[in-house]
Amino acid sequence: MGRLMRTDGARGLALVSPPLLYAILMLAAPLLMIVLTSFWTQNFMEIDRSFTLANYREAFTDPLYRTLMLRSLRISGLVTLVTVLTAFPIAYFVSFHVAPERKSLWLFLITIPFWTSYLIRVFLWRVILAFDGPVNGTLIGLGIIDQPLSFILYNANAVIITLAHAFAPFAILPIFVSLERIDRSLLEAARDLGESTAMTFLRVTLPLAAPGVLAAILIVFIPTIGDYVTPRLVGGSGGTMIANMIYAQIFDLNDRPMGATLAVCAMAVVGTIAVALILLSRRWTRTGG
Amino acid sequence: MTRPIIELRNVHKYYGDYHALRGITADIGAGEFFSLLGPSGCGKTTLLRAIAGFEDISSGAILIDHREMEGVPPNKRPTNMVFQSYAIFPHLSVAQNVGFGLRRSPMSGEEKRKAVAEALEMVGLGGYGARAAHALSGGQRQRVALARALILKPKVLLLDEPLSALDKKMREQMQHELRRLQRQVGITFILVTHDQEEALIMSDRIAVMFEGSVAQLTDPQTLYRRPATRRVGEFIGMMNFLPAKLSGETSGGAMVEVAGLGTAELLSDQIPEGRAREGSIGVRPESLTILHEGQTAPREANAEVVERTYYGDMTYYDVRPEGVDGTVSVSMRNMPGRRVSEPGERVRLAWDPAAMVFFP
Amino acid sequence: MTGKRVLTAYAVLYLLFLYAPIVLLPLFAFNDGTVIAFPLRGFTLEWFEELTRTAALHQATLNSLVIASSTSVLATCLGMFAARAGARFRFPGKGGILGFIMLPLVLPEIIVAISLLVVLLQLGLSLSIWTVVAGHVLICTPFAVAILNGSFAGLDRSLEEAAVDLGETPLSTFRLVTLPLVTPGIVASLLICFTISLDEFIIAFFLSGNQPTLPVYLWSQLRFPGRLPIIFALGTILVCLSVGLLVAAEIFRRRGLRKAGLKDTGGFL
Repeated sequence: MGRLMRTDGARGLALVSPPLLYAILMLAAPLLMIVLTSFWTQNFMEIDRSFTLANYREAFTDPLYRTLMLRSLRISGLVTLVTVLTAFPIAYFVSFHVAPERKSLWLFLITIPFWTSYLIRVFLWRVILAFDGPVNGTLIGLGIIDQPLSFILYNANAVIITLAHAFAPFAILPIFVSLERIDRSLLEAARDLGESTAMTFLRVTLPLAAPGVLAAILIVFIPTIGDYVTPRLVGGSGGTMIANMIYAQIFDLNDRPMGATLAVCAMAVVGTIAVALILLSRRWTRTGG
Repeated sequence: MTRPIIELRNVHKYYGDYHALRGITADIGAGEFFSLLGPSGCGKTTLLRAIAGFEDISSGAILIDHREMEGVPPNKRPTNMVFQSYAIFPHLSVAQNVGFGLRRSPMSGEEKRKAVAEALEMVGLGGYGARAAHALSGGQRQRVALARALILKPKVLLLDEPLSALDKKMREQMQHELRRLQRQVGITFILVTHDQEEALIMSDRIAVMFEGSVAQLTDPQTLYRRPATRRVGEFIGMMNFLPAKLSGETSGGAMVEVAGLGTAELLSDQIPEGRAREGSIGVRPESLTILHEGQTAPREANAEVVERTYYGDMTYYDVRPEGVDGTVSVSMRNMPGRRVSEPGERVRLAWDPAAMVFFP
Repeated sequence: MTGKRVLTAYAVLYLLFLYAPIVLLPLFAFNDGTVIAFPLRGFTLEWFEELTRTAALHQATLNSLVIASSTSVLATCLGMFAARAGARFRFPGKGGILGFIMLPLVLPEIIVAISLLVVLLQLGLSLSIWTVVAGHVLICTPFAVAILNGSFAGLDRSLEEAAVDLGETPLSTFRLVTLPLVTPGIVASLLICFTISLDEFIIAFFLSGNQPTLPVYLWSQLRFPGRLPIIFALGTILVCLSVGLLVAAEIFRRRGLRKAGLKDTGGFL
């Protein structure tokens, strides 16, 4: 101790260095490598390491890639919308209507499905949504439809339902946390100042929950755009997304540089949208007071 | 003061650009109950933690029992601390908490058990040893923290705002108990507090600190009666200030002309900050008296009651002496048969120069 | 209070939606028929027996267990360093550094998988269970940090100071005070990381080479319709294992909070 204590910053850095070094070695360096690879080209079995923008030119001009990228964005956007909209009432319910001592039980119940095998859950949705699956079976049995619904499997809808299920806890938890932070006396103050329950929700609760909603949006949107399993298992040909193409480039077509280029494009698009969302929300909260 | 147990020699502490301790020099005597008193951010806790070894100092020296403490870690210093949060180990029982520091002692298990029982007895928690620490009340945690520190028989016990987490009743009780305990064990106690009343009640000597410096270091009575600066006077208790002029030296001090009251002689110890001609005098509310009908005093002044606040045992008056813009506060003990004056009433004020201090 | 009733009903329906796939799993695992469709045919344990006869599955299980154990230990160790540094020290670039360590939490797994793969291939290293461990440690560390943050941040600094003040060295203070108070968090972190690694597919798919993990083996079997009931049986076991581990982790987390005399503030994240 003694004079050593003055170097608090140095001790903190020393302590944090093992996980930091690991992240640099296993994340930063590989990401850099991907960026580097994206400027190379594949010649049959050899990689040509001369710098070229050819891959990017191809990625932006080939309609196949553009379609896949736009579809991935659309599907991820819809998944985010559906997930956050359906998750908000749950977060609100647990935060405002569940007795404090039972809140962690509810959160536990909500998170359990998330921790079970992702692969199996996705595959089970294929079973549920299938022609002879329980959804169609029930609807036919009840006489609501006479032919099995065909628009719920092997297309983008199935991908959306499945991903909304997979990312539910990711959306619920941040919203719940921001709702929990709201000082309940603020709501009473709003009521006291003459607002109705609905207006109190709109003018006080919702703005204060905004950071949680933003976190939920980001935490759902970013990973879903790179999802591979769900489009592959329930998406059919109309539900294929960019990750499937990246995989195909690397393993099926053995074109690693092109796969890398697509991965970099996907990251760039996601990163741009995320930063734009964060900046936009900052501006809102600033003007909103 | 007895022989010094702690010697602070021009202690400075910087946090980056922030100058937290600005040259503290003081001796703290063996067996003394010593308080560091000041508003929050004045450096008193930093100083305490520097003595304990949790903060290194930027320059100067701290000696404990004549030994330089530079580079000596907290676990090797002959001091123990009662933390503000008490820092009771939640995973240990009361007895395990109290005996925590005995782990490295050469005592036998049986001796340790006895020492723990005695320490618990001393703080009034006899028989609580088996209890879980997290089941204790605030006052009990405080006692465990005391027992845990005192069982090691430190040369100095450091107490960091130990009473601030307690309610008023409990606090008053603990003030007396701490005092009793300190006399009983004879160990030097250094108390950090922002509560001037607490410091006055408990301490043998008090160091008043502002902005990293000691403004005054003396016993409670001198501190109250003869504050060294206007700021100390304002911080300790209540003090009125009236414009005043020094006019001519005398053999023992100087003549002072106090606005609204009159002229009198002040002794030199009542003029602590040099002989500027213009300034103000400070006088405590209980050193002014409202004279009732027929009562006389050596020095009287005319005044008008502006406001009256009734406290049960006391009444506080805001009165305006003739020829003065502001008001001064006067406190009067309520006695049977004594009339309470009303706002607007003209009264005679008795004053005594011996109870005054002149500040430039 | 009709609003509350509507919300409650919605919450119950939502839970049904969340649990629907998991509820189906055992139904088909015990169903006496190879076609995955309703109506059910009758009860059988045949598919579970079949599991015991599949050698490739046993190897995959072994691979998965080795990977999950190594991952949980390594990620928890790294997580402890980060959580401790974050809770106790101020250092330059703190927010950025900790944010970077947490980054894999939001990064699409396929990006992590591809970039690691490209580097490994570029370096000429062969894929094995250890390359999977490398990837899993990367994505599990943020979870470990999140769980351990709760333990380390909830630790009153003056507890450690008190131990030093009472004569302990920094090292023995860590052993006598810090460690006992964060142990429940460490156990919870180990269990959670084990669960994540056990279930993770994408990284394992890319990096396992010819040493498949359980999910990779499962994926390879999805192509064969006749093997589906066996997959359901395996899935049932996996889900039960995950839920068991989670309940254990939650119990440890709560015990930790109680031990530290803190109030429960919610789930893992």
